[in-house]
Amino acid sequence: MYAFDIERPTRLTDAVKLLSDATDSQLIAGGQTLIPTLKQRLAMPERLVSLGAVDEIKGICTGDDGALCIGGGTTHADVAAGAGAYPALAGLAANIGDPAVRNRGTIGGSLANNDPSACYPSAVLASGATVVTNARQIAADDFFDGLFATNLEEGEIITEVRFPVPDAAAYMKFEQPASRFALVGVFVARFSGGVRIAVTGASEEGVFRWSEAEAALAGNFSAGALDGLSLSGDGMISDLHGSGDYRAHLISVMTRRAVAAA
Amino acid sequence: MSQVSMTVNGKSASGEIEGRTLLVEFLRENLGMTGTHVGCDTSQCGACVVHVDGKAVKACTMFAAEAEGANVTTIEGMANEDGSLGTIQQAFQDHHGLQCGFCTPGMVMSAAALLADNPNPSEVEIRDYLEGNICRCTGYHNIVKAIMAAAGHDVSKIAAE
Repeated sequence: MYAFDIERPTRLTDAVKLLSDATDSQLIAGGQTLIPTLKQRLAMPERLVSLGAVDEIKGICTGDDGALCIGGGTTHADVAAGAGAYPALAGLAANIGDPAVRNRGTIGGSLANNDPSACYPSAVLASGATVVTNARQIAADDFFDGLFATNLEEGEIITEVRFPVPDAAAYMKFEQPASRFALVGVFVARFSGGVRIAVTGASEEGVFRWSEAEAALAGNFSAGALDGLSLSGDGMISDLHGSGDYRAHLISVMTRRAVAAA
Repeated sequence: MSQVSMTVNGKSASGEIEGRTLLVEFLRENLGMTGTHVGCDTSQCGACVVHVDGKAVKACTMFAAEAEGANVTTIEGMANEDGSLGTIQQAFQDHHGLQCGFCTPGMVMSAAALLADNPNPSEVEIRDYLEGNICRCTGYHNIVKAIMAAAGHDVSKIAAE
């Protein structure tokens, strides 16, 4: 790692201030992606601003509208233990990485990083969640912006994610066994107003909604409603773990399993 | 350089660190507590697992500065007060839960975190919890057996494989 300083503010306003001063700063949440990145010298910030001591953005509560509100600094382990009102989301959090990683990694950090194989982006997009920052609210459909890119501005901090709780939902992850990231992950959420399906791990553009399958499931929420639907391997990630065609096929399989499990 | 202070195995510990100093480096190099091992240094193998405020973390993927004020427990803190092996350590010895021993500190710390949350885990739960701890001697069977014994299971009928 290159040398840098670390600041550990205890208040959100102080973190925002540090990010806007003249020093080249990088936010760090749980660090489970950033620290390996720093070790490889792929980043060279002058200073890290840690959110680890900012308690006001940690925790889980239920909003007035029934939405499950999760603080941006909440660890995967705490979501797994505390999001019982949304079991598919709690189950997703319980299967990220391994126990020690789940005790450090946070939902806000995962979303801000938007790894194309991360689990959380699929839950946020399929739930039609709202990403709340220190400055504004961003709808899930506007938040993700391709590989490792989001709608967040420089120095903007995810303070909360508000999940509408669906009538039925399930997340099915085909795990890449070495990294435990999703080779393909599909999150299906059925609301009274329709079905939303988000796919992670597959596309070169990151998480995306499978709108044809959403339409097919809207009138008939059963795995059979997906018969005959498939996706092209074009634009899907091809690497040593699987070809684009293989990933496209897995999306169909995992979507069926998720519908059956929801 | 800046100062960091924390409690390690019940005793206050402090030292001069850089921003980039990892918790495992602070433990091993500043405090001389080399029981916590660095295996892969990439957050995969789990040889460096310690407890921070009661939660298992990979000490190679946490900065020492982030442990300011925290209560840290390492493998050195797992023995009984009289110096004899703690229950989990003794079970690892009794059931040969190690071969080369390199992964053992992390295995014991992960086992302790599991048993604190779930005092009576099934074999499946133990294997699931250890997914972030790698033993390159592939001695998993006896590791799992040792943890089952530490949890009070009768493991006498489980044959070595």
